Amino acid sequence: MEYLGIEPKKARIGVFDFTCCEGCELQLANKEDSLVDFLALVEVVNFREVSSDRGQDYDIALIEGSISREDEVERLKQIREKAKILVTLGTCACFGGVNSIKNRFDIDDVVSEVYGKNKVETLPVRKVSDIVKVDLAIPGCPVSKSEVERIVVNLVTGAAVNLPKYPVCVECKQKGNTCVVDLGEICLGPVTRAGCDAACPTGKTGCLGCRGAAEDANFDSLREILREKGHSDEAIDERLRFYNAFSEELKNEG
Amino acid sequence: MINKVITKGEFEKFISGIIDANETIGPKQVDTDRDGKPVYQFRQVKSFGEMDLDYTITYSSVKNFFLPFREELSRFDFSEKDWDQTVEYRVNPRAIIGVRPCDINALNILDKVLIGGAYPSPYYLARRRNTFLVGMDHEPLEDCFCESLGQDTVHRGFNLFCEDIGDKYYLTIMSSKAFRFLENVKVTDPTKEDDIKFHERRKRLRDMFKTKVEMTGLQSVMDIEFKSPVWKKWGDKCLNCGSCAMVCPTCYCYGIEENIDVGLKSSRKERVQYSCNLVDFAEVAGGHNFRPLKEDRLKYRYYHHYRGFAQNGDEPICVGCNRCGRACLAGINPKDVINELQLES
Repeated sequence: MEYLGIEPKKARIGVFDFTCCEGCELQLANKEDSLVDFLALVEVVNFREVSSDRGQDYDIALIEGSISREDEVERLKQIREKAKILVTLGTCACFGGVNSIKNRFDIDDVVSEVYGKNKVETLPVRKVSDIVKVDLAIPGCPVSKSEVERIVVNLVTGAAVNLPKYPVCVECKQKGNTCVVDLGEICLGPVTRAGCDAACPTGKTGCLGCRGAAEDANFDSLREILREKGHSDEAIDERLRFYNAFSEELKNEG
Repeated sequence: MINKVITKGEFEKFISGIIDANETIGPKQVDTDRDGKPVYQFRQVKSFGEMDLDYTITYSSVKNFFLPFREELSRFDFSEKDWDQTVEYRVNPRAIIGVRPCDINALNILDKVLIGGAYPSPYYLARRRNTFLVGMDHEPLEDCFCESLGQDTVHRGFNLFCEDIGDKYYLTIMSSKAFRFLENVKVTDPTKEDDIKFHERRKRLRDMFKTKVEMTGLQSVMDIEFKSPVWKKWGDKCLNCGSCAMVCPTCYCYGIEENIDVGLKSSRKERVQYSCNLVDFAEVAGGHNFRPLKEDRLKYRYYHHYRGFAQNGDEPICVGCNRCGRACLAGINPKDVINELQLES
């Protein structure tokens, strides 16, 4: 398969899951109408959900999930050593994700709440970049297959890889949606990176911020707007903490 | 220009005929707001009853039926050793019913930019020329300020315009196509009484405007107030979310994307609607951003609308519909920003 007479550089990929629901991986195998073309762009050497191959000679490692156990830390470091490019796939790998709720409680209480007497060894949840160098982050809960396709095409053809820098509102307005903030919801759309096609507000649910902060997002203004509409700081913070995707912004608040 | 009158019953017959034979877009209730009031949008309609011609205002403008948010400009297909380019801008004839004067004036402004310039857009032109436009007057909302900009009435850029004079519409026929279509239904010449009703209606609508924006000398005031603290004040509130530009009937700034299809056998050059309020609007190759500050990005949107275009295009680019003001969660609206610059408040 050539593109403009140039043989594209087929990427040898390995897909690895850590603490997660494996939903982002499932997205990779989704969108059947272009799946054959998509798989022709890459050489899957290690991907538990679609292949029994367990190859170790991958160039690109796609990491799904957050890191919550000591053995995961070791496994991740080994993958980093082998991979030329390490990509975090999805909100858990990029930010910690929903799993990060664990970090708000005493770790022994959490373990006994979930596992009862069958104690397990566990660590506070961390995002992948807390442990190893990440070359490219693809956020989303789950990731958008269209976005993954675009990124992979750009990687193999040598084009620049970019995520939208602007917030979800752009896509939401293009959908012709009624603003859910106007309808009384807390919505993080105005501060969250676009690229999801405003899936949640289109379904009349406020954005939970799974794609993390848009560039130069105006958190102070959104907080002021939500307060004026009668939402408490606790409710706003709760929403910002949902995916742990705004930990920096919450830290910077006075 | 020819004036006729039509009863509302005949009008329904007339529009139903158009709907039956063409793709037709009209104002439709799509949602209900927090206070239980209807939210309207222009949508494709299949029957007269689906439309609400007494709608207040559509949340988004009619612009994106002429300038889609994403539009394929050119398609490339690759074969073994060669490639083909396809440029497709032909569109099927269609009708848009119930467009307000300010929104038609907005299209007239877009015509200047997209047809009148040195490089006319065949894509826009095809959509504009193949759209049968039926305009309709309306009672202004409290925050409408099109009257301050002289955009509350419209004199061109449509096929047919309807003013509500009770049980009849007072028609302004602006195209031979509209004239011929009307031959299928019963229209009559306006009587003296109809003319009086027309004048009364016009006067009543004009007197209803509550929101005034001081446009006098605004261009020079904007030159003087380039460093005004007004920009920082509103810039600090601005979410830079681009909502204003997305709902605006005239904001036309865009970006160009080149996307390769997954199979690497074809690619597309696409125009995507953008906004100068978005963080990377003025970012160039190498990463330098000419407008890194929120207040600057907000300011330049206002300068394009009321200063730059006003100088080059002889009129502001804004038509006073206040859709941006209504869509802005931060409460940024032309009336407050401009009146503050004019030291009116």
